[in-house]
Amino acid sequence: MAQKAHVFDRLLRQDKLKTMWCSGCGNGIVMQALVRAIDKAGLDPDKVVVVAGIGCSCRANGYMNVCGIHTNHGRAIAYATGVKMANPNLHVIVVTGDGDCTSIGGNHFIHGARRNIDMTVVVFNNSNYGMTGGQFSPTTPYDAKTKTSIYGNIDPNFDISILAKASGATYVARSTTYHASMLTEQLTNAINHNGFSVVEAMCDCPTLFGRFNKQGDAAEMLLNWKKAAVPVKKADNMTEDELQGKVVIGEFVNRSDRREYTDIYEDVIKRAKES
Amino acid sequence: MKDEFKVLTGNEACTLGALAAGMDFFAGYPITPATEIAEYASELLPKHGGKYMQMEDELASIAAVIGASFAGAKAMTATSGPGFSLMQENIGYGMLAEVPCVLVDVMRQGPCQGVATVPAQGDLMQARWGTHGDHPVIAVVPCSVEETYYETVRAFNMAEAYRTPVFVLSDAMLAHMSEKVRIPSAKELTIVNRKRPTCAKEEYKPYEDDGTGIPPMATFGDGYHWYVSGIIHDETGFPSTNSPEQISSQVKRLEDKITRNIKDIESYEEYCTEDAEIIIVSVGLVSRVAKGAVDAARDRGIKAGLFRPITLWPFPEQRLSELAAGAKTVMTCEMNEGQLLQIVRQFTKGKPVILVTQNDGTIIEAEIVLTAIKEVN
Repeated sequence: MAQKAHVFDRLLRQDKLKTMWCSGCGNGIVMQALVRAIDKAGLDPDKVVVVAGIGCSCRANGYMNVCGIHTNHGRAIAYATGVKMANPNLHVIVVTGDGDCTSIGGNHFIHGARRNIDMTVVVFNNSNYGMTGGQFSPTTPYDAKTKTSIYGNIDPNFDISILAKASGATYVARSTTYHASMLTEQLTNAINHNGFSVVEAMCDCPTLFGRFNKQGDAAEMLLNWKKAAVPVKKADNMTEDELQGKVVIGEFVNRSDRREYTDIYEDVIKRAKES
Repeated sequence: MKDEFKVLTGNEACTLGALAAGMDFFAGYPITPATEIAEYASELLPKHGGKYMQMEDELASIAAVIGASFAGAKAMTATSGPGFSLMQENIGYGMLAEVPCVLVDVMRQGPCQGVATVPAQGDLMQARWGTHGDHPVIAVVPCSVEETYYETVRAFNMAEAYRTPVFVLSDAMLAHMSEKVRIPSAKELTIVNRKRPTCAKEEYKPYEDDGTGIPPMATFGDGYHWYVSGIIHDETGFPSTNSPEQISSQVKRLEDKITRNIKDIESYEEYCTEDAEIIIVSVGLVSRVAKGAVDAARDRGIKAGLFRPITLWPFPEQRLSELAAGAKTVMTCEMNEGQLLQIVRQFTKGKPVILVTQNDGTIIEAEIVLTAIKEVN
């Protein structure tokens, strides 16, 4: 019996590897989890479109052997919305970073979630703007040092998963680069979910954020996630003080009570044709 | 068969023209004086199985339009000055990634919020130079409701033929006034669809010049795995920023694909230009006032003529040069501070160009244009 080629051989563009990312960057771990999830979900690669904004994470779709667009900063979800509306049979995935998704693209993010249009948004959250050299982003923790907050960051940070939940996303989960198999599982669930799904992948930027904040080398940073991670069920019984500095991981939202947008639009077409 | 006629507003004619051209996706954001295009699209598109989306802002509107086009849709958005400004970054993407789509800009008085309800021609240069970087632009400026219908059809056809966003420039007056429009039969209209690749899937290069300057465009989902970046890319669509030759060849091909088809793209109307000593250059609705002034001047024995570019961009410069060579004076009649004049005087070989403008939200009267003609005669 012929053996099926390894998922990386099928779903990664071999001629584009190795990646442009720094040694120890967490993006590769998130990308491999996504590629495995596409495979586990059994998607036809011909029907997968991965849309990216601008930033380190947004280079991920260039390595993936499916259709991809590398769009403008913050706009990936808006482009992806057009792709999905034009052909709802496509599996649309957005790869984005914390700045791309929740700063310049924040409006598109909350409105995509509000519509509950079927797409999976993978947020590579490394707590800073990596591509431009490590400035603070909307998810940089209070007092953290970055290139534009050398005296400590005073901007309060977003919790992306809570933002997604409040905006109406119907699947929301968070994992870290240390918890890579959990990440694959969440991404698989997100892809299989019919609606706006968000997976927040906490990942490492040892070259910039980690170095500025003395978080150790790449291996130490991975282990830091292990120490900081608290499963969502456990976190439910913890106080706010106890959760200081922790990262809650797991599924936050998985609901089926809201219909998906392109599905509802078929009703609009039906009503328009009858009128 | 008898011709079908309808009385339509400019915005209605634009929407119906788009539907006749095959529009099946519209994304927009409400803005005066373009809103009715979105309203008609929201009503009519689903009746034809198409889709309307009201996006969160204009950035998202044009982004969704481009995304839909990648997935095979014939897509359009409509806006006015403030929205047109917001759309510029993604227009740049559409230009570099060579994505067929149509953008209608119903011009209103500017700058900034200006006056939302009155016409102007303040976006002529923005249509050409609104984005950063260099790329050619196709922009049509209809002068009547009927022409709005036909030029919207042509805008879709040019977008598909040349793989590029195309602009339709209307204005607040043209958008809201009603005129008779002859509705063509479906047979009569030529509908252009983008060229698709026929090569083996592994051989497809989405930005490879096939000799025409316009690479065939695959549709997401049809089996071709392709990628495009808004970064300067090579023929595979992947970033290619370290090669000066690649950068130059991509930028030059964008220019070249329009330049080599200029004869098919360029369009203009001439009126009484055969022996004209005074050439008035005017576009859009206000050109009809200029035409009236030409008639009035001719009645008085003054040899005036009208040159009306229908494609403002690319500007029909060769024909204007020829006309200017035989004329004593060139005038522009416009509704701004002289944007058309800036273009025209590049092609008049040093002849003076006189600006006749009324930039106050009202349409200039023919009498004022006639007075200007008499003064230079």
